[in-house]
Parts: sequence; C-alpha cells; structure tokens
Amino acid sequence: MIDWIDIGTLADIPQRGARTVKLEGEKEIAVFRTGDDQIFALINECPHKKGPLSQGIVHGHAVACPLHNWNIALKTGEAQGEDKGCTPTIAVKQEHGRILIARPETLQAAA
Amino acid sequence: MDFQLRDERQAEGLEETPATFADSREHLVVVGNGMAGCRAVEELLARDGGRYRVTIFGAEPHVNYNRIMLSPVLAGEKTFDEIVINPRAWYDDNAIDLIVSDPVTAIDRVSQSVTAQSGRKVRYDRLLIATGSDPFIIPVPGKDLPGVITFRDMKDVDTMLAVAGAGGDAVVIGGGLLGLEAAHGLTLRGMKVTVIHLMDTLMERQLDEAAGWLLKSALEARGQTILTGANTAEIYGDGKVEGVRLKDGREIPASLVVMAVGIRPATALALEAGLTVNRGIVVDDHMVTSDPRVLAVGECVEHDGNVYGLVAPLWDMCRSLADGLTERHTGYKGSVTSTKLKVAGLDVFSAGDFSGGDGCEDIVLRDASRGIYKRVVIKDDRVIGAVLYGDTADGGWYFDLLKKGESIADIRDLLIFGQAFASGGGALDPKAAVAALSDDAEICGCNGVTKGQVVASINGGACSLDTVRATCKASASCGSCTGLVESLLALTLGEEVKSGPKTMCKCTSFTHDDVRREIVAQGMRSIPDVMQRLHWSTPDGCSSCRPALNYYLLCALPGEYVDDQQSRFVNERMHANIQKDGTYSVVPRMWGGLTNPRELRAIADVVEKYNAPMVKVTGGQRLDIFGIKGEDLPAVWADLNAAGMVSGHAYGKSLRTVKTCVGSDWCRFGTQDSTGLGVKIERMTWGSWMPHKFKIAASGCPRNCAEATIKDFGVVCVDSGYELHIGGNGGIHVRVTDLLCKVATEQEALDYCAAFTQLYREEARYLERTAPWVERVGLDYVKSRIVEDDVGREALRGRFLYSQSFSQDDPWAERAAGSHAQLHQPLAPLAIAAE
Ligand code: SRM
Ligand SMILES: Cc1cc2nc3c(=O)[nH]c(=O)nc-3n(C[C@H](O)[C@H](O)[C@H](O)COP(=O)(O)OP(=O)(O)OC[C@H]3O[C@@H](n4cnc5c(N)ncnc54)[C@H](O)[C@@H]3O)c2cc1C
Ligand code: SF4
Ligand code: FES
Repeated sequence: MIDWIDIGTLADIPQRGARTVKLEGEKEIAVFRTGDDQIFALINECPHKKGPLSQGIVHGHAVACPLHNWNIALKTGEAQGEDKGCTPTIAVKQEHGRILIARPETLQAAA
Repeated sequence: MDFQLRDERQAEGLEETPATFADSREHLVVVGNGMAGCRAVEELLARDGGRYRVTIFGAEPHVNYNRIMLSPVLAGEKTFDEIVINPRAWYDDNAIDLIVSDPVTAIDRVSQSVTAQSGRKVRYDRLLIATGSDPFIIPVPGKDLPGVITFRDMKDVDTMLAVAGAGGDAVVIGGGLLGLEAAHGLTLRGMKVTVIHLMDTLMERQLDEAAGWLLKSALEARGQTILTGANTAEIYGDGKVEGVRLKDGREIPASLVVMAVGIRPATALALEAGLTVNRGIVVDDHMVTSDPRVLAVGECVEHDGNVYGLVAPLWDMCRSLADGLTERHTGYKGSVTSTKLKVAGLDVFSAGDFSGGDGCEDIVLRDASRGIYKRVVIKDDRVIGAVLYGDTADGGWYFDLLKKGESIADIRDLLIFGQAFASGGGALDPKAAVAALSDDAEICGCNGVTKGQVVASINGGACSLDTVRATCKASASCGSCTGLVESLLALTLGEEVKSGPKTMCKCTSFTHDDVRREIVAQGMRSIPDVMQRLHWSTPDGCSSCRPALNYYLLCALPGEYVDDQQSRFVNERMHANIQKDGTYSVVPRMWGGLTNPRELRAIADVVEKYNAPMVKVTGGQRLDIFGIKGEDLPAVWADLNAAGMVSGHAYGKSLRTVKTCVGSDWCRFGTQDSTGLGVKIERMTWGSWMPHKFKIAASGCPRNCAEATIKDFGVVCVDSGYELHIGGNGGIHVRVTDLLCKVATEQEALDYCAAFTQLYREEARYLERTAPWVERVGLDYVKSRIVEDDVGREALRGRFLYSQSFSQDDPWAERAAGSHAQLHQPLAPLAIAAE
C-alpha cells in the first residue's frame, strides 16, 4: 500500500512554478503546479548535471532546467528533444484540496 | 563578375556562330542584357524551353543584374555579386549566346540582321529590343566635365565610389527617387551631399507636399543639404568638376555631380531602323512593334500612350510577350504603379493619383510625434491614390484596393487606419492581414510576384525564406516584402516553417518585432492576452518566449504591468546568480566601483555569518559572495541593506555595472571627474530592465582605463568634454564601440545616456545586446534618433526616467521584508521525518 504524505494546498505553489519538499534522508523533491493546475513531482535534480528543476520555467507540462535549459517532461521525468536522460518521478494526487505525495521508498518497494 | 566574353571572335563583319548550321530553330536576338530583356527570355524558357535559339547582346560588361539594387550597392549594403539575377551558369545551362561589351549599332530589317560595334553581324528571325532608358542630361555648360555622371549602371556606381573614397562634397541634381537614393548612398560613403531640386517638393511626382516636406526634414536631419526651387545654371571647374552655380548666383562646391533628373526611353536604334517611335518604341498588347518580326519590351517602349520607369510593369510586359511568342496571346493591358523609396529608415510609399481635383476626397491621418503621415484619395467611393510616410505597412493593401477599384463605402470610416482595423476584428494581426489578401495581390513589387505565386512555390516544396527567394524570387531584391513572405510561409506551412528573420520561438509564427509592435498597437496588457490575441500555439509559451513577453510588456507599460515572476529566468526571479551546485552568488552594488569601510565590513560579516566559501572581486569592479543557499538570501540581503547596499543586478537582463577610473580628482592625466560621472550615471540607470544585460563605463582620459570602448555605453572624457560611445561588447565576439557624438557638459552626457538606453530598451529584440542591435539598425539610425533629433531625444530620456521611477526600488529590500517568501522556502517548512 502506498504511504501518502500531505504536503499542502494548491495555493501554496505558484501557478507555472514549483516548491520543494525535503524528506529526511531523501533527495529533495520538486513539486510543480502547471498552468492548468495539475500537480507533478520529480526528484529536484536534472538528469544532465543535477540542476535544481524546481527553479526552472514551467511551460505546458514541462520544465526548462535553470542551468542549461534542457526540457524535462513533468509526467515522465524524461528529457525532451535531442537530450537524453530521465529524472525519477514521484506519485502525487490532489484530494479535497490537499496535495499528497507518495514516499519515495514506498515506490521503490513497489517497483 | 566582370568578364569579357568572346573577345576573340570580334572578327570583322562576320556572320553567325557555327551553331547555325546545326541549329534549325528560329533565332531570337535580344538587344539589351538588362532586366526586361533577360526576364523576357526567362518567361519564354519557362513556357517552351527549346523553341528558340537565343543570342543576347549587352552594352555593359556584366551578366544581368538587378538595376534597382544599385542603390544598396552604392550605400554599401550589398555587393555586386549579391545583386546578380542571372549568373553565367544560367546562360550556359540554357545555351544562350551572351555577347557583352558590344552594343548593337544598327538594325537592318530587310536582311533581318543586327550589327554591333565590333562589326559583328547576326541574323535574326525575331528581334527583341530591350535597351531600357538613357539618363537625361540637362544641357548646361560644364555637363561634360570629368566628375559629372549619371546614375544608371554599375559603371556609374564604381565612379561614385572611387570619388567618395576621398570624401569631400557632392551635388546631386534631382530630388526624385533616383537622386535621393544616390544622395543617401553618397552620404553613407562619407561625402557631404547637397541635393538640388528644381521643384518645391521632393519627389513631387510621387509625393504630395506634406509628405515631401517630412521627407526633406528627415534627410536634413541626416546631414544632407536640400535645396528646393533651385535651378542649375552651370557646372564649373577647370579640367574637372569643382562646383555647381545656381541661377540665383549661389555656388556649391563639389568634386562629384550626379545628374538624376530623369530618364528617356533609349529609342535611337529603333528610330534609325524606321520603326514607329513616339516617346518610346510603339508596341501593341503583345509587345510587337510596327514590324511584326521585331518586338520591344521594358522602359524603351510606349504602350497605349504610356512609358514606364519602374520594374513592376516590365514583368507584366514580359509575360504577355512570352505568351505571344508561344501563341497564347493574353495581351498586356497596361500597369498601375506604386513607388517605394529605398532609403534605410525612411518609409515612403505612393501609388496612383493624388493630385486632387473634382470629385476627389481626401482622408488624412497625421501623427506628428511618430512622424507619420497617411493620405488616401477617394473618388466615387473608390481609392484612386495613396501617399504614406513613416508607416507604409498598409501600402500593399491600398494599392490592391486601388487596382481592384472596388467600392470602399463600407469601410470608409476606418480606411485610413489600415487594413487591420478596416477589415474588422479578424484581421487585427499581420498574419490575418496577409491571409485576407487576394491571390493576385502583389507581394513582391521588385520582382512582380503575386500572393498566389508565392503560395504555389511554398506548396511546391519551398519551406524557408531562402527557398522561396530561390524559386519564385519574391523578397529576393530589396527585401521590403520579407515580412509578407514570412507570414505566407507561416500561414501555408503552419508549424513547419524552417527559417527566416526568426519567429520568436516555436510557439508562434510572429517575429519579435511583430509581437512588440502588436503589443503596443493593440494595447495588450498581459502574457495570456498576447498569447490569445496572437494565436500562440502552446498553452503557456516556453522558456524562450515567456521572458521576452514579460519584458516587452514591462517596457511598454511602466508602472502598470505586473511582472510575472514565473516568466523570469531563475536568476531574475531569485535576484541572485544560480551556481552549478544550486547555491547562489550575491553581488551588492558598489556605485561606480567605489566602496567604504562600512560596506566592506558588512560584506566581511556576511561572508563569515553564512559561511560563504568564496568572495572575489568581479570583472565589473565589485565584490561577489559565493555559495549562499536560496533560503538564506533574504537574511543576507537584510544585512547588506543595513549597511546601505542594494542589489547589484549581476543576475539580470538589466543595467549591470558602471565601471570608472580615477579621473581628474587624483589621476595626473584625468581631464574630467570620470568617477563622479560614473556614480551619477549608475544612480540614474540602476534597476532598469533591458533586452539584455547592459554595461557602462566612464574613463577620465583617452587612455581609457575603464575600458569604456567595449561597453554598451561608454564615456571617454577629453579636455573639451565627453565622447559618448555605444554598442561595445567584450564577451564572445569582441566589438569596439562606435562614437555616437561628443558633448560638452556632464548633464548632456547623462541625458544622452538615458535617451540611448531607452531607445535600446524600446527597439532591440529580447536577448539582443547593443552590439548586434547597433549593427542591425545602423549607427546612422541611432544618431538620427539621439543626436540629430533634439525633441526625440528629450522624449526618450523622459520615458526612461518615468520608467525608472518605478524600477528603482531595491528588490532585495522587498524580499528581505518578506515579499515572495515562498520562493525562498521549501513547501513543508520542517523537514518531514521519514518513518
Ligand atoms: C562574476 C563575473 C566574473 C567575475 O568573477 O569577474 C561574471 C560571471 C558570469 N558571467 Fe560574465 N561575469 C562578469 C563580468 C563579465 C565581463 C566583464 C565586464 O563586465 O566588464 C564580461 C565581458 C564584457 C561584456 O559583457 O561585454 C562578461 C561576459 C559574459 C558573457 C558574454 C556576453 C556576450 O555578450 O558575449 C556571458 C554569457 C551571457 O551573458 O550570455 C556572461 C555570463 C556570466 C555568467 C552570468 C554565466 C552564467 O550564466 O551563470 C556568470 C555568472 C557567475 C556568477 O554566478 O556570479 N558573462 N562577464 C563578472 C561579474 C561582473 C559584475 O560585477 O557584475
Ligand atoms: C539606381 C536605380 C534604382 C532604381 N530603383 C528602382 C526601384 O526601386 N523600383 C523600381 O521599380 N524601379 C527602379 N529602378 C528602375 C529600374 O531599374 C528599371 O525600370 C529597369 O531596370 C528597366 O529595365 P529595362 O530592361 O527596360 O532596362 P535596363 O535594365 O536598363 O536594361 C537595358 C540594358 O540594355 C543595354 N543596352 C542599351 N542599348 C543597347 C544596345 N544598343 N546594345 C546592347 N545593349 C544595349 C543597357 O546597357 C542595359 O544593360 C531603378 C533604376 C536605377 C538606375
Ligand atoms: S568566464 Fe564567465 S561564464 Fe565563463 S566560467 Fe568564468 S564566470 Fe563563468
Ligand atoms: S543541469 Fe539541467 S540542463 Fe544542465
């Protein structure tokens, strides 16, 4: 069973922006809110050189890494276009106005 | 591209080439290797490639080039090679016999042969006369002096360039299209030019008085002397030209005199051959002269009582001619022409009849501050003439209405505002405006290409500007229709467009310039608004268009536009420079590179308090503190603010630093207080957002220790004042500044700086630094706006200071006080413990 953690509300994240979440002992997680109010979560590290994706410009369902402008698909964590690489995704859901993310270990265990 | 062909065969009076024996096809001989002659052959080849054997005689030593582009060659914007229309290979590939530098001197219609200067004699089955025009020379004393020339062919341009190389004074006689283009080119080449014009208004055949006056003022602002109502009495000089004397006694010194008073159809050859000639060689609708075996085309002909001096009619003539020669008989119906002036930065358009008269009504729009004048002349609810000055974007549309002669009663009220408004909501953007044009609307006036032909070439596989140019020639000449062709590419291909003066990004088919213009024209107020109205193809843009749009809106609406933080690149959003490990560097402002113990102590304290791993002196004369975490930024800023320091914007597309040197207060060579001036400039300009980063420096003497001549704006102090330099760049491609001008006082240096900064802010494309921008628009243009236009400069400066009144709040102070706290804090403030 997936262990969901409540991390806040939609309004806590700027539209077309991101906030980060730190879980002890885990890599930082970036939680994105898109223009159409969907939520995605990725490990906050670009597959290229670990740029903090949370600081990138969010457009459509992608984010442009702030360091060298790779575009990462929010849904899959996959680099787009010519670039190759993938950032791990974290399961998220919105329930009763709250945002919930799955604990990364839970996912790993499930995988 | 100069070459001499077949010299070896200039044998006495001999006939023919060996090809005759093998070749039983009809022989078409063309006299005149110019625009009409070659175009006629092209049209013929396109219809029936092998039908005629073709020989072309040319008086000039060149292959066929685009005569109208001689003006850009003179102005240094093109080279001769770039204006060649038909290169040598074209003649070879089509087995055309080209005989250059050998004018035809006689036509014998009985034996059906022509004789050239070299004595060469060639028989024809069909003869095509395309001899163009001869420039008119006014019969005044001195007209034959060396240094008196006309402006018709490449030889004339070469002569002008040779003289202009030495500088000095030039006189251009004739203030028509040709004369003004010559004057413009010579001015750019460094000559001091006086234009002498007999009439009271420049280009009086194309422009009404008001537009002529605007044009005159603009040319004078560029340093030309324009004398209207001036009658040439004599050209004087001893062995070579030394000047021009007017009938009223005035003398104007000149080492070069260009006569550009008009042209006359070159009919001598036809006249001697006994063909019917009035003003031009008389032809019927199929370009056939009074002898059915002899055709004529181009400026040398008279059709239906009209002679023409522009290229557009030639294309129509050549089509009818080729149709006639291949038995299609469409017939030429005469042409209505429009005119554009090819002088960079001056937009002038006219078409049709604007002389007024019975039953004519005028609709006029003037916008003095923008230098725009538009006049549309209407008769019986139809457009019969148009004169546009300053904004000629709708020229094509008015011309189309004029040619069609449809009633404009329904759109009359909005007609003068242009197509976008008059055709209603659907056409509020340039793309829709182009979409609304009819298929036979002319897109490229230089090459006579219609919208239908451009679209056909795109559908035939041309998917970039270059391929369109190559396949149908649209936009291949003066380039003023490039925007239209790009819109057609975008419309026809949608997403597939390959190149062009680039669209902003893949989200749109508009260019930066289009978008900027439309933001202002339509009063757009937000990014979603722009994306909606300009049909963005993505829901919320991408990382290249969003920052650009944010900037354009911010620049257009100072104090009103609410900055979109999410459309800012991380550094500008965080007001610090992101580093490879995700930490930030912090650079506080040190005005003009000055600092003091209090600031140094505060920096030292921050370094220790936040364990900054490094602090270094930057190349911009200040200190950079490295390794600060995003969360700590507001606290660091609060500490720096407490010591009186504000953001140095080392992270922004904005004013960076103002570097200074010691200057007259200390340095034994200093001529002015460069340090003090630098501080004042930085106080005035800091905090401003720009298309790209912007760096300034002030040096106290020409030794230039502050490296002012590789800055976006640089001041070099000299004994008598301040030299102002613009457009420099260190960085990837080093570019040394251009000297904008010299001013006498510190206040002027500040004022010019503000005005230049604002011009750049308003007109450069996002991410275009001043160096490429100045190269693109030209130093002369910048001078015309900043140096030559006092009122305009004041207005620019005013707009800059107004905008600054909103942008000089320290962004660090705001953040330190708690604004946008979420940008600096993780979502769940306390780390959530894992189970
Ligand atoms: C800190 C500094 C180097 C230093 O330690 O001295 C620096 C650091 C950076 N420069 Fe620079 N430049 C610094 C002075 C310069 C100078 C010298 C000057 O200003 O006199 C130049 C050449 C002059 C010029 O711009 O014309 C310079 C030309 C560039 C360029 C090339 C720009 C160009 O037009 O070709 C870039 C790349 C860019 O902007 O796209 C660049 C980009 C950068 C970036 C922002 C790279 C990046 O995107 O992360 C570096 C940020 C490092 C950081 O996080 O702090 N930096 N950079 C200097 C900061 C000056 C300041 O006080 O603000
Ligand atoms: C500087 C300049 C700028 C212009 N700008 C524009 C513009 O912006 N827009 C526009 O529409 N028009 C413009 N024009 C006009 C345009 O160039 C002409 O309308 C066009 O070139 C006419 O073509 P044509 O073939 O009739 O004559 P030309 O192009 O002059 O060709 C005639 C050729 O025949 C040759 N020739 C003459 N006699 C003989 C002979 N006996 N034997 C062999 N060869 C002979 C000549 O040397 C010449 O090469 C401009 C003209 C000039 C000079
Ligand atoms: S030259 Fe500038 S951009 Fe390059 S490493 Fe140094 S600071 Fe960074
Ligand atoms: S680290 Fe993300 S693009 Fe290089």
